[in-house]
Amino acid sequence: MGSLFAKTMAKPAAGLGAAKPTSAGIAVRQLTINTTDGGVPIVRGISFTVAPGSILGLVGESGSGKTTAGLALLGYARSGLKIAGGSVSIGGVSMLDLPERELVAMRGREITYVPQDPATALHPGLRLRTQMAECLRQPSGAREQALHGMLQDVGLPDPARILASYPHELSGGQQQRIAIAMAFAAKPQAIVMDEPTTALDVTTQTRVLQLVRALAQQHRTAVVYVSHDLAVIASLADQVAVMYSGEIVESGTAAQVIGRRLHPYTHALLRAVPDPDRALWLEGLPGQAPDPAQRPPGCVFAPRCGLAEPACTTQSPDPVLAEPDHMVRCFRAGSLHIAAPRLLPAVPRPAQPVSPLLRLTAVQAWHGRKVLHDIALDIAPGRATAIVGESGSGKTTLVRCIAGLHSAWTGEIALAGQPLATKAKARPLEQLRRIQYVFQNPYASLNPRQTIGQSLLVAARHLRRGERISRNETLAVLASVGLPAAVIDALPGQLSGGQRQRAAIARGLICQPELLICDEVTSALDVSIQATVIELLTRLQAERGLTILFVAHNIGLVRSLAQDIVVMQAGQLVESGETQTVLSAPIAAETIRLMRSAPRFGAAAQDEFHDGAALDASGMEAKPLRG
Amino acid sequence: MAEAVRAAPWQGGWGWISGGTIGAMLVRRIALGLVTLLLVSLVVFGATQLLPGDVAVAILGRTATPARVAALRAALHLDRSPMAQYGLWLLGLFQGNLGRSLVTNTPVAQDIAGRLHNSAILVSLTAIISLPIAVVAGIAAAHRHDKATDHALSAVALSLSALPEFVVGIALIVLSSLVIPHWLPMVSLVRPGHSPLETPRILVLPLLTLTLIVFPYVFRMMRGSMIDVLESDYIEMARLKGVARHRLLLVHALPSALPPTIQAIALTLAYLAGGIVVVEYVFGYTGIGAGIVQAVVSRDLPEIQDFTLILAGIYVLLNIVADTCTLALTPKLRTGRR
Repeated sequence: MGSLFAKTMAKPAAGLGAAKPTSAGIAVRQLTINTTDGGVPIVRGISFTVAPGSILGLVGESGSGKTTAGLALLGYARSGLKIAGGSVSIGGVSMLDLPERELVAMRGREITYVPQDPATALHPGLRLRTQMAECLRQPSGAREQALHGMLQDVGLPDPARILASYPHELSGGQQQRIAIAMAFAAKPQAIVMDEPTTALDVTTQTRVLQLVRALAQQHRTAVVYVSHDLAVIASLADQVAVMYSGEIVESGTAAQVIGRRLHPYTHALLRAVPDPDRALWLEGLPGQAPDPAQRPPGCVFAPRCGLAEPACTTQSPDPVLAEPDHMVRCFRAGSLHIAAPRLLPAVPRPAQPVSPLLRLTAVQAWHGRKVLHDIALDIAPGRATAIVGESGSGKTTLVRCIAGLHSAWTGEIALAGQPLATKAKARPLEQLRRIQYVFQNPYASLNPRQTIGQSLLVAARHLRRGERISRNETLAVLASVGLPAAVIDALPGQLSGGQRQRAAIARGLICQPELLICDEVTSALDVSIQATVIELLTRLQAERGLTILFVAHNIGLVRSLAQDIVVMQAGQLVESGETQTVLSAPIAAETIRLMRSAPRFGAAAQDEFHDGAALDASGMEAKPLRG
Repeated sequence: MAEAVRAAPWQGGWGWISGGTIGAMLVRRIALGLVTLLLVSLVVFGATQLLPGDVAVAILGRTATPARVAALRAALHLDRSPMAQYGLWLLGLFQGNLGRSLVTNTPVAQDIAGRLHNSAILVSLTAIISLPIAVVAGIAAAHRHDKATDHALSAVALSLSALPEFVVGIALIVLSSLVIPHWLPMVSLVRPGHSPLETPRILVLPLLTLTLIVFPYVFRMMRGSMIDVLESDYIEMARLKGVARHRLLLVHALPSALPPTIQAIALTLAYLAGGIVVVEYVFGYTGIGAGIVQAVVSRDLPEIQDFTLILAGIYVLLNIVADTCTLALTPKLRTGRR
C-alpha cells in the first residue's frame, strides 16, 4: 500500500524535475477541444500563462468555450467533447500526456476546481467531513485538525457542526466557502474557478472574492477565474483574457484590457456592465454568438460588430501585440473610439402627488417564521420601482404576496384603491390581468411542450375572456419585446436564455397589465444579455406607461433602470425614495453596505463614489423620507 | 430561489410525527399500512360475497339434503348478516384463528404455513442470488455506458425480459435434461410437512428460472439510475477532485443510485411472493401462488381471503422496508433545511 502510494507520487515529481525551472503555475499552449462527433472545434488553439499567486480572468458569454477551456486544465472534457491538441502544463507537469492514473493523482492535489453551483456540485448524501477529507493530501493523521484549519481559512465558524452537516443544511454562501476551502485544501499549484459567485448575492460575492484573492496570494496559487461578468473580473484578476466563439480575442493585464481595450467585443461587454455609482445607459450586445458548427468566414465577431468592414468578413485576423503583454485579434483595433458612457436622463417626479397604483399597508408575511414585518409602501403609477436587498431579506416574498402567489400574509394590499384578496385564486380575473409576473429563471418558467405562441395565448385567453386574440396581435407583442416573428412557432428549448426571458415578458404583456413584476429576471443571464433586457424594460415603461416592480440584488443594475428604490433587510423596509438620491447619499446602514460591496471597475471608481457621496450630502434634506 | 417548506407554527406537540426522522416515518407508514390492510380485507370480503350461488350447496353438491346444508351454513356462519360474518372473520384474524378450509376441513393456518415457508425459501434464495448479480451488472454497464460491456449486458437483459416465465422454465427443463440428464429433477415436489431445503436439488431449476426473470428488471433499473447519477454535477466534481475510481463508484455514486432500485426490488420480491404461479405450476412446487389458484378453483372462501390478506401484508411490509432504506440513503429527506 505504502509503496504504491510512493510510486504514484514519485512520477509527477520526476516530471517536474525534468521540466524547465520557470514552469511553476499554469502554461497553456494552443489548446484545442473538439466535439467527438464531427470534430467541431469548441476551443480553438488558446494559449496563456498564469504565474503563481496571480489570477487570470477568463471572460466571455455563454457558449464562448470558457468553461470547456477551464475544465481542460484538469485534463477533463465533458461527454461529447475531447481535447484534440495543444498542451497544458501545471507546475511543469504536462497534463495531457499523463496516463489516467497519474492524471487522477494530479487532480485534487496539484490542480483543483471550484464549481459554478456548489448546491449541485457537493454530494447531497455525504457529510461534509467525508467530502472535505477527500481533498487532503495526507489521508489520515491530524485529519480533524486539518479540516478545522480549512474551515477557519474560509471564515466559517463552528467547524464541528459544519463537518457533521450535509450540504443542504448550509446556505449558498456557506456551500461556496466549503467548495473554495476544498480547492485550497491540498495547497495546489493551480485552481480553476468556474463562475463561483454567480449563485450568490452581492455582499456574499464580495466576501468570497476577497477570500479568493487572499488565499491565492497566501498560498502562491495560480488561479484561472472563469466568468461572464467583467465587473467581477475587473475587481479580482491581475490578467484578463476575453474569449469569443472559442478563441481569445483580447488579453493583457486587467488595466490594459479594461482601461485601454482594443477589441470591439471587449468594449461591448464593458458597455453592458452597470455602474453602482452612476445611472448608466446600458448598451446590450445585439445578436448571438455563432453556432460553433457554422462559424462565419473571416472574423467571427464581424456579424455583430459595429466597426466591421468588408475585409473582416473574408479574412481571419491574426493576434497582434499592441503593447507589451497586450494581445488583440482585430483588424480595426486602432479605430475603437472609447467615448464617455452615456447617462440616463433623469425622470422627474410629477409636480403634484398622484394616487398610488399599489398601496401596501402593514403587510406581514410568514414562511413558518415571520419574514415580513409591517411593510408600508406606495408604488407610483408609470414608474419603475426597484426592491433590493440580500438574499433572505424578504424582497421576493413581498412581490409574491402582491401577486397572490404567497398566501400566508396579513395586512392590506390595494390595487388602484381596491384591496386584493390574499390568494391569487380568490382574485377576480380583472385584477389578475392587471398584475403580471415574470419569473427569475426563463429556463423553468415557460412550458417546454408549448410553442411560445401557445404560451402567450393560454395566458391571454384566460385573463382576457371573451376577447379574440388574433395571431397578428401575438406577433405584435413579440415584436415589441424584440423577438422575430418566427419565434411564435418555436419551442422554448430552441431559444437562447435572453430570448426566453423576452418571451416570458411578452407573455405578461399580452395580458395588457398595468403592473409588471420582474423577479430577478436578469440573474440567470449573461451581462451582455442582461443589458438588452434592461433596455427592453426601459422602453416598455416609456411606450406603454407600464408600472414596473423590479426585484434585484444588483445595485448597479437598479440604478440603470428604476426611478424609485426600496431597500429591504431582514424582512423590513429600511430605506426608500428616488433611486439616484438614495444611492448617491445612502442613509440606512444596509444601503451603505450594499453600495460598498457592489463590484466596480478598480479603485478609481471607489474614490468617485466617496466623492459623490460627499457632494450629494448637502441635498439630503430634499430626499423623500422612508416608508 | 427555492424556499423550504417549514412546519407551520400552529402545529402542536404532535409535530414530530410529520417530521423527517426515520422513527416518525416508520410510525406513519405502519399506521398507514394497517389502514391499507383493513381496506384490503373489506374489498376481499366484499368480493367473495359477490360470488354467485350458495357456498354450502357448492361444497356439498346438489344432492345434499336441506338439513345438511343448513347445518353447514350454521357452521360457516353463513346464516349471519354479512357485517357479522366480516366481524367474525376479523376477530378470528386478531386471535390468530384463520378459520378452516372448506375443502379439506383442516385449519387454513396449517396449509398457509407450509406454503408460506416454501415460497419464502424460494423468494429469499432468488433475492440472495439474483439481486447482487443484477446490481453489480447494472453498475458495470453504467460505468461502461455505451461501450461493449454495456451493449452486451443490455442485450441479454432485453431478450430475457421479452421471454415469458413459463418459456424460461420449460427451456431450462429441456436444456438440463439434454446437457446433464437425470441430474436435476424436472419437477420440484415438496413433501407436505417437510422443508424444500431437505432436498436442495429440487430448488435448482426454479431458482435459475426466477433469477433469470428478476435479473433484467433490477439490472435495467440499476443501470438507468446509475447513469443519471454518473452524469450529475457532484460526480463530475468528485472526478475533478481526483477521487479514485472504485471510491467514486461505490461511495459517491452507488448510494445515490440505489433508492430507485430498492423500490423496484421491493415490488419484484412482493411479486415473486404471490405472482410466480406459472413457475410454481411448471415445477409443481407448492407455494403461495399455486395455493391461491387452488383455493379459487375450489371456492375455498376462508383460504382465498386469508391468502389475499397475507399477500397484501407482504406488499405493505416490503414497501415499508424499501422506504426506510431510501430514507436512510437520502439525508436530504431526513434533515430539514437550516
